[in-house]
Amino acid sequence: MSETNKVIEMKGITKKFGNFKANDNIHLDLKKGEIHALLGENGAGKSTLMNILSGLLEPTEGEIWVNGEKVSISSPDVANQLGIGMVHQHFMLVDKFTVTENIILGKEKHKFGFMDQATSQKDVKELSDQYGLRVDPKARISDISVGMQQRAEILKTLYRGADILIFDEPTGVLTPQEIEELMEIMNALVKEGKSIILITHKLDEIKKVADRCTVIRRGKSIDTVDVATTSQQELADMMVGRSVSFKVDKKPADPKEPVLEIKNLTVKEARGYDAVKAIDLDVKAGEILGIAGVDGNGQSELIQAITGLTKVDSGSIKLDGKDITNKKPRKITETGLGHIPEDRQRYGLVLQMKLEENMSLQTYYQKPFSNHGFLNHKEIKEHAKQLIEEFDVRTSSEENTASSLSGGNQQKAIIAREIYRNPALLIAAQPTRGLDVGAIEYIHKRLIEQRDHGKGVLLMSYELDEVMNVSDRIAVMYDGNIIAIVNADETNEKELGLLMAGVPLEKAHEQVTETEGKERETVANEK
Amino acid sequence: MDIIRLMQLIVSSSLTFAAPLILTAIGGTFSERGGVVNIGLEGIMVMGAFMSAIFNIQFVGTFGTMTPWVGMLAGGVIGLLFSIIHAVATVNLRADHIVSGTVINLAAPALAVFLTRALFGAAQTGPLPRAFGRTNIFLLHRIPVIGPIFFRNTSGPAFFGILVAIISWFILFKTRFGLRLRSVGENPHAAETLGIKVYTMKYAGVLISGFLGGMGGAIQSQAIHNEFGILTVAGQGFIAMAAMIFGKWNPLGAMGAAIFFGFAQSLARVGNSIPVIQDIPGVWLQILPYLLTILVLVGVIGRAEAPAAIGKTYIKSK
Ligand SMILES: Nc1ncnc2c1ncn2[C@@H]1O[C@H](COP(=O)(O)OP(=O)(O)OP(=O)(O)O)[C@@H](O)[C@H]1O
Ligand SMILES: [Mg+2]
Repeated sequence: MSETNKVIEMKGITKKFGNFKANDNIHLDLKKGEIHALLGENGAGKSTLMNILSGLLEPTEGEIWVNGEKVSISSPDVANQLGIGMVHQHFMLVDKFTVTENIILGKEKHKFGFMDQATSQKDVKELSDQYGLRVDPKARISDISVGMQQRAEILKTLYRGADILIFDEPTGVLTPQEIEELMEIMNALVKEGKSIILITHKLDEIKKVADRCTVIRRGKSIDTVDVATTSQQELADMMVGRSVSFKVDKKPADPKEPVLEIKNLTVKEARGYDAVKAIDLDVKAGEILGIAGVDGNGQSELIQAITGLTKVDSGSIKLDGKDITNKKPRKITETGLGHIPEDRQRYGLVLQMKLEENMSLQTYYQKPFSNHGFLNHKEIKEHAKQLIEEFDVRTSSEENTASSLSGGNQQKAIIAREIYRNPALLIAAQPTRGLDVGAIEYIHKRLIEQRDHGKGVLLMSYELDEVMNVSDRIAVMYDGNIIAIVNADETNEKELGLLMAGVPLEKAHEQVTETEGKERETVANEK
Repeated sequence: MDIIRLMQLIVSSSLTFAAPLILTAIGGTFSERGGVVNIGLEGIMVMGAFMSAIFNIQFVGTFGTMTPWVGMLAGGVIGLLFSIIHAVATVNLRADHIVSGTVINLAAPALAVFLTRALFGAAQTGPLPRAFGRTNIFLLHRIPVIGPIFFRNTSGPAFFGILVAIISWFILFKTRFGLRLRSVGENPHAAETLGIKVYTMKYAGVLISGFLGGMGGAIQSQAIHNEFGILTVAGQGFIAMAAMIFGKWNPLGAMGAAIFFGFAQSLARVGNSIPVIQDIPGVWLQILPYLLTILVLVGVIGRAEAPAAIGKTYIKSK
């Protein structure tokens, strides 16, 4: 018989989609009261495995044991009854409902079918106080922050009495503070006797909270290790199957004439406020310009204006010496722009169409993909196959719909398409969001390659590490203005942090040198 | 004509024309709240109108004064049966909702007229023996001033519709069933992870719409036309859908919008007794409801918030 302290044992789980094995004989066990990380590349089969555990998918083969008993989890209902709750990679919330309605849905308190709103709200409030998960029970989901939405998701599972919680990439959409809070919440839950499976691509998060880590690669389990005795490098190598480098290797930039010239640009956002306020900005051929800033300071609007997705209110934009202000997106694309959009599902792909069709979305009307108005499917397919091969997009066939790809592989498909066209300027907005470390390394390499071929790259990211390691120069945006442009090798995380909070450059510089000085002093004094 | 008589005339004829629209628009609301577009309501109304007419002629001896009410139930039942086609097509077979609805809209009148010809040897049934007629509303008609205007000599089915609207509002927004139905129309994936039977809920929404739409058709033939023929329904199902949108997928809103459209339609009938519009040519008044429908939809549709997952087929993962 199995040991009693194991709350979950998945034995030899295989899941086939057609002939493709998303999970291939996977083993995973979860001990009571532990945080167990699940690590694997994009498309390795992590979400699939967890969907099996939560009753959304049925395994093709294999056994699941819960608390020492063999079970068959045929529906989410059964999973609930077994105490298994999942916080999904893409939130499962009804936007128009209140927090309370979302939490009680399917398990409503009622009298003769009529809902008891007051009691429900009180229950939610109590539950949220008990676990320190701050939510406003009466707020509509569409009106609250992503962090609060996530807390509502967690409460949903707790309301159902779950004591085995699955988190599928919970930190991908959160701000650094929210991530910090989530880690504390997870620790608190474990203290209450819950057990947690955590999927994340961020190795430092695993190091911080997890007890053990199971690594899977291409659907197969590789190993389960103790986190305390395994380094981040070892974890990464195990996951990718080769040695991964965290350091970005690059020569100094050799900037030439500007490819992007922005003069006095003002852009209004949907409600009519100025989101970008009369900014000037150049990106030169042969350099990577990073844009740093806290989410919502005008970065998205700036990029939408350059790409032609939003109207420019005043000012001018020149690409490769040609004026593209308020031109149509196709015209701008043809002038020499590549765009890896922030919202990949909305602006990057047509999810219902085949992957191969998605690969020539901007070029389908040109030769050789099209001849006198007729599509040449053979060429389109060949082109797609080549991109899939070169950029290692994991899919069983180029004829699958874009929606069937795992989140990370959707991103890789877009990046492949955009880089392959070799545009004079490549705009990459959050290009590595949701990617595994191996893929991130590869994408960074390709961005730098573009630069070395004398192209301009505009990199927007909320991750300071990424901006600092990949960029040559960094423009910091705050409240619609560019408040400073600094050289990447002359700044540090502290200074950028201050700039992002709106502190002017001289002051930020002063403060950083001052504190550094003080630190040196205290160290000296202690000695 | 004194002012109270005039008001009474306008209110009662507006309500008479509104009654079929109220029920059908609420029907549409249930279906769409569950995520299924049901433009087949036009065809479902035709079936309800046809069935109730036959019923009225056949069973007037058995049910006497209650005949139109029982006929209305019969219309509801046939509407419900017909809507099963739509449910199977859209929920199980994943057909496009508009295509399936169009098929129903094409098939229903053809079938009904064919059967009418087979049974009566003509394209119409001829006059029904016992129509709804006008009623006084229990006790309320005794209230001074308000009573005579709103509750005397008026449309019984309309007040039935208003009652249904109020009950439906409670069902949709205050009960467990309503919450679950709406969750399925907004985000079926989320609903499924919480153990809600998505297909069952969608079926419920469509079948309720069939039942209410069938009753709406039955009122159309038994209260307005007093016969069944190809022109009995003629676009009322579509106007009801407009009322549903205008009413923002809320039963009470749909009811209000239906009464508004009922008012527009009644003008063609009673316009010549109303001083200001007496001189407008009748054709214009007949066009008015359709024109208003278009204007209202053009004005409202951008702002109205439909259920998020409306018209999308839901495929269970497994
Ligand atoms: N319904 C489906 N039909 C066909 N293939 C599928 C389906 N769902 C998933 N897959 C494939 O199964 C593989 C595993 O997908 P899964 O979503 O589990 O990956 P993941 O490890 O969660 O990746 P990520 O980190 O990018 O989220 C992918 O190659 C994906 O394309
Ligand atoms: Mg995943």
